[in-house]
Amino acid sequence: MSKNLSPDVSECLELLKTMYVIRYAEEQLGDDFAAGKLPGGVHLSIGQEAVSAGICAHLTDRDKVSSTHRGHGHFLAKGGEPKHLIAEIYGKEEGCCRGMGGSLHVADYSKGIIGANGIVGAGIPVATGAALANHLDDDGSMTVVFFGDGASNQGVLQESMNFAALWKLPLLYVCENNQFGQFSPTATVTAGVISDRAKAFDIPVEVVDGNDVRAVWQTMAGAADHIRSGKGPVFIEAHTYRIRNHFEREHLVIKTPYRTEEEVEKMRRERDPIEMLQEWLKDENLADEATCQAIDKDAKTLVDEAVAFGDAGTPPPLDVGEKYQFVGTSS
Amino acid sequence: MARTRFIQAINDAIREEMERDEKVFVFGEDVEASIFGDTAGLAERFGKRRVRNTPISENTLTGMTVGAAACGYRPVLHIMFANFLFTGMDGVANQLAKARLMSGGQIELPATIIASYGGGRANAAQHSDTPYSAFMNLGGVHLVVPSNPADAKGLLKSAIRSNDPVLFFEPGGRGGEMGDVPDEEYLTPIGKAAVVRQGGDLTLISMGSTMRMTIQAADQLAEQGLECEVVDVRTLAPLDEETICAAAERTGRVVIVDESRERASAASHIAAVVAEKSFGHMKAPIRRVTARNAGLPLAPASEQYLLPNVDKIVAAAVEISENGRLPA
Ligand SMILES: Cc1ncc(C[n+]2csc(CCOP(=O)(O)OP(=O)(O)O)c2C)c(N)n1
Ligand SMILES: [Mg+2]
Repeated sequence: MSKNLSPDVSECLELLKTMYVIRYAEEQLGDDFAAGKLPGGVHLSIGQEAVSAGICAHLTDRDKVSSTHRGHGHFLAKGGEPKHLIAEIYGKEEGCCRGMGGSLHVADYSKGIIGANGIVGAGIPVATGAALANHLDDDGSMTVVFFGDGASNQGVLQESMNFAALWKLPLLYVCENNQFGQFSPTATVTAGVISDRAKAFDIPVEVVDGNDVRAVWQTMAGAADHIRSGKGPVFIEAHTYRIRNHFEREHLVIKTPYRTEEEVEKMRRERDPIEMLQEWLKDENLADEATCQAIDKDAKTLVDEAVAFGDAGTPPPLDVGEKYQFVGTSS
Repeated sequence: MARTRFIQAINDAIREEMERDEKVFVFGEDVEASIFGDTAGLAERFGKRRVRNTPISENTLTGMTVGAAACGYRPVLHIMFANFLFTGMDGVANQLAKARLMSGGQIELPATIIASYGGGRANAAQHSDTPYSAFMNLGGVHLVVPSNPADAKGLLKSAIRSNDPVLFFEPGGRGGEMGDVPDEEYLTPIGKAAVVRQGGDLTLISMGSTMRMTIQAADQLAEQGLECEVVDVRTLAPLDEETICAAAERTGRVVIVDESRERASAASHIAAVVAEKSFGHMKAPIRRVTARNAGLPLAPASEQYLLPNVDKIVAAAVEISENGRLPA
């Protein structure tokens, strides 16, 4: 399945930009949360940006992405606008979901982003339905479902893999194994190797270093090729690491440590996907410091503008919940 | 008009809508073999691409309706027994009922779920429930409960065409029941109750599976001098409060009949609406005739004991009639 294709320099720089945008947006949201600025909570994917960036680089607006509670990265990498993300999380009418969804439910259907889910694992059935729609459309489009190591213990994953394998649905499973589900290290709640579960359904499996964006990109190139050619689903298990707390309020409620500061610090120092890509680009003489800094600066500006947009936004009217609930039309 | 079986009316509705719109597809466990007959023959007519036999995976099936509907299709999911909605509850309650709101109205969700409900046939506790009242509290789905073949066809066609999600509750075991169905194309609107009988002494309000016994009770009461106005609710969400309250106000004496369990039943909600909106017109306490607050056992007499029936409706009606007893 694997195509021996790697991202060229301009593609690498795109990946770098995407990761920087996610990083800055999420650092901002972390700061906003600490400052008491956010109406709700946020789950940040800092340290995991390479998975979103490498996978979504191969998708178009026609392809669908179903996401999780830790979904800002998926949203941004799939083409969602930073300003629509920030305004949404600020609870503003100008947000992608008009302030009705928030961090847990960011969606932009015009970009094929069919929603983040607050119910762990529940994006999997929704994505299965979207992949059935792709299959019926028969136009080479596909659906990607992102989910965590924790979500892989939901029964719907096995149900869905059976559907997708049986019907050869154009569905890519991306398990972001970030070593934890809430405050439980994966191995304490999960038997065996997660991606081995797909093998039982004869679904091709790839295991990849989820902090190496070029490796993710390359793995995805092969997977997308396989899926778009009508051969059915693929399962990618991306090994990565959650640098931040499970949610930003964690330190206030969790008193028993479930990992050491040293471990987190080591991962931050040695396995930062942005640093890993920049170092490689420089070592290979493909991009210099100035080029990387310019991308960094562009991303920062984009996020700053998004924050200004969110700040200037308006709270939605009080009675819109009922208005958005039903369309009230028929075909 | 043609005499048509309940199950055939449903089958005709799906067939006509599949012919009308190629985005409509049917899926569910054994929809080809079709245990109730309502999807029989569709695979032969439309092929396996649009009539899809599925694995037994309710939680994925209900969630799939959301993905398919949000991506341009009109899925019709046959969940078989309504109890299996509980197995697939996440897809209904957390996804289908909320995806449009959460997205700020970005999408339409033209999904229909067909579920056969109700007891009285010794199917035992896990195949006999009437769960529509639980779904009334969800807020994000329309609920239709037809009581006869004509409404079944008209409501299902409206459900499939609706750009909002609809749960279609089919009274179980009524497949063979005949009724007159118009020959020409028609739709029964979602959200409209029907006054099916006039009468000045009492108002009986009912729906779906308890409609037949309600009519029988009205017949008995009429023989004994009490004339009943009878309302078929047809749609539980949105509820046609106007028709219901107008009918209630015309007599001031109301009995509501419903097969769901008494506590937080559909009847309870309708009683609350009538009490709030028509209190000044009431001449007697509103009465509910529902299933008792227990699961349904196998043993037929024990099961029947828990369910509404003609005698219970007649007794409730007599109790709140003008003299508290039948006219001499
Ligand atoms: C059905 C359900 N159960 C539990 C939760 C609470 N919860 C939120 S996130 C989470 C952990 C999920 O772990 P994983 O899938 O690995 O994703 P990660 O948080 O690591 O990105 C849990 C248990 C939930 N939101 N939904
Ligand atoms: Mg995890």
